[in-house]
Amino acid sequence: MENRAIFSGRLLACLLVFPQLAISLIFFYWPAAQAVWQSFLVQDAFGLSTEFVWFENYVNLLKTPEYYHAIGTTFFFSLLVVFFSLAIGLLLAVMANRNIAGVQIYRTFLIIPYAVAPAVASVLFIFMFQPGLGMIARALQRNGIDWNPVLNGNHAMILIVIVAVWNQISYNFLFFLAGLQSIPKSVIEAAAIDGARPARRFWTIVFPLLSPTTFFLIVVNITYAFFNTLGIIDTATEGGPNGSTSTLVYKVFLDGKAGSDLGGSAAQSVILMIIVIVLTAIQFRYVEKKVHY
Amino acid sequence: MVEHRRFGNLLPHLVLIAGVIVVAFPVYLAIIASTHDNTVIANGQMPLYPGSHAFETYWNTIVSGTGRTTREPVGSMLLSSFVMAVGIALGKIAISIISAYAIVFFNFPFRMATFWTIFITLMLPVEVRIFPTYKITSDLHMLDSYSGLILPLIASATATLLFRQFFMTVPKELVEASKMDGAGPIRFFFDTLLPLSVTNIAALFVILFIYGWNQYLWPLLITTRDDMQTIVIGIKKIIDVKDALTEWSVAMATAVLAMLPPVAVVVLLQRLFVKGLIETEK
Repeated sequence: MENRAIFSGRLLACLLVFPQLAISLIFFYWPAAQAVWQSFLVQDAFGLSTEFVWFENYVNLLKTPEYYHAIGTTFFFSLLVVFFSLAIGLLLAVMANRNIAGVQIYRTFLIIPYAVAPAVASVLFIFMFQPGLGMIARALQRNGIDWNPVLNGNHAMILIVIVAVWNQISYNFLFFLAGLQSIPKSVIEAAAIDGARPARRFWTIVFPLLSPTTFFLIVVNITYAFFNTLGIIDTATEGGPNGSTSTLVYKVFLDGKAGSDLGGSAAQSVILMIIVIVLTAIQFRYVEKKVHY
Repeated sequence: MVEHRRFGNLLPHLVLIAGVIVVAFPVYLAIIASTHDNTVIANGQMPLYPGSHAFETYWNTIVSGTGRTTREPVGSMLLSSFVMAVGIALGKIAISIISAYAIVFFNFPFRMATFWTIFITLMLPVEVRIFPTYKITSDLHMLDSYSGLILPLIASATATLLFRQFFMTVPKELVEASKMDGAGPIRFFFDTLLPLSVTNIAALFVILFIYGWNQYLWPLLITTRDDMQTIVIGIKKIIDVKDALTEWSVAMATAVLAMLPPVAVVVLLQRLFVKGLIETEK
C-alpha cells in the first residue's frame, strides 16, 4: 500500500478503527479461536471435566461414515448448483448482451431472485413441489412419477438444487453480463470478418476472454453452495430424508444444536474454516488482480 | 450483432422470456395463492388467477393471526426484520467508512496489522463459528435483543475494502487544499470525503439491506422470543412440510411480505444495486 497517510492524529486514528476492531475481535476472532481450542478437547457426558486430546476429535470425525456421506452430499450438491446456475446465468447474459429491445425489462425481472432470501425461495418451491397440492408435484404425479421429497432422498436433493440454482441465477447473470460488456466489440467483429460463425466466435473468442469472470464466479458459487444454502436446506428438507440432503454446514448446525459432542462439532467447524480460507485465498490470489497490498 | 440474421432477434427474446418465466412464476404463484382460500389450495385446484380472499388473508397474516395457530402476527416480524436490516446496513457502513478513513489517511502504529485484522474476517463467515459466537452473545446478555441481532454481523471486511479502494482514488491535492484552508481531519471527512462517497454509500446500503433482511441462521439461533423473530425465520414455523394442515394462503402471504421490501429495493434502485453488487464483490 503506498503511503498516502496525511493526517497524523494517532489518537483519532485509533478511535476511528476501534469499533470495527472491537467487533472483529469479540465476534470473529474470539469465537473462531474458541472453536479451534474446543476441537482439541473432549468433555465428559456431564460437562464436568474436559481433557485435552490433540487431534482425537478429528480422527473420530474421519472415522464416522456419516461425515463422508456429508462430504459426498456437499460436493454433489455444489457441483450441480455451480454448473446449472453458471450455465443458465451465462446463457441469459449472452442473450441479453445482444442489441435487442426491452433488455432493461428482462434484466429487471432476472435480478429478482437475488433479493429473495434463500429460506423464502425455498418456501416458494416447496409450495409448487408439495405432493398432493403443488402444481408441479401434481403434474409429475399425473405422469406416473411418485414425487415425494419427504420420503425420497433423490427428490429432496433435486428440490434443494432447483431452489439454490434459482436463487443464484441473478448473481451470475449480472456478473456475466458485466464481463461480456467489457469485451471489445472490435475483437468479435474482426473474427466475423474472418468468417467465424456466431457459435464459433463464442467458444473461441468470447468464452476465453470471459474466463476471469467465469473463474471468479466458480469460486463465489462454490462458497454460496457450501455456506449460504443453510436456509434452503433447513426450510425444505431439514437435511433429510436420512441425511440425504445434509451438507457439511448443515451437519455442523444439526450437531451443534443437539449439543452432545462439543469437540466433534468444533472440529467440523474448523474444517469448514479451512475450506473458506482456501476458497478466499484462491479468490484473491488468482482472481483479484486489482487489489494490491 | 455483426451479420444479418435471418430470424432477427427471435432467439434471444425466446430465451430471455423463458428465463423471465422461470424466475417470475414461483413469485407469481405465491401472490396468487395468497388471495385464495385454504381449502381451494389444499385440494390442489387453485386457479392461476387471483381469488377473492386477499384482504382476509393479509389481515389474518399481518394483524390478527388465525384461529388454529398461536403464532405471532407477521406485522411484528416485519418490524424486527426492518430494524435488523437497517441496523446492519447502517452499522456496517458507519464502522467501515471510519476504519477505512483511518487506514488510508492516517499514519499510526500497526496500520497494516489493523488492515489485515479486518481483512481476515472475510474468512470467518458466521456459518463456521456459529456456536462459539452464540455463546459469547449469550454471555454478553444479548440474546433476544436488537444489539444481539445486529452487532455480531456488522464487522464487514468487504465494506472496508470498498471504501479503502475508493479513498485511494481521492487525489492528494484535494486533501492538501483542504488542509490549506485550515480543515482538520474531522472537517475534511465531513465536508469533503463524505459528500464524495454518497453514491458508494447508497450502493452499499442497498446490498447490505438485502443481506441483513435475508439473514437466516443468526436470527434463528439468537431469538427465542416470538416477538423478536424476523419474517425470514418466522415463515418456517408457518409451513410444515410433513404436516398436511399447513395454512398455505397464510404461508404464501408471509412469503410475499418477506420478499416485498428487498425486491422493491432491488427493482426501484436497480442502478445502485448493480453498482453495489459488482463493486463490493470485486
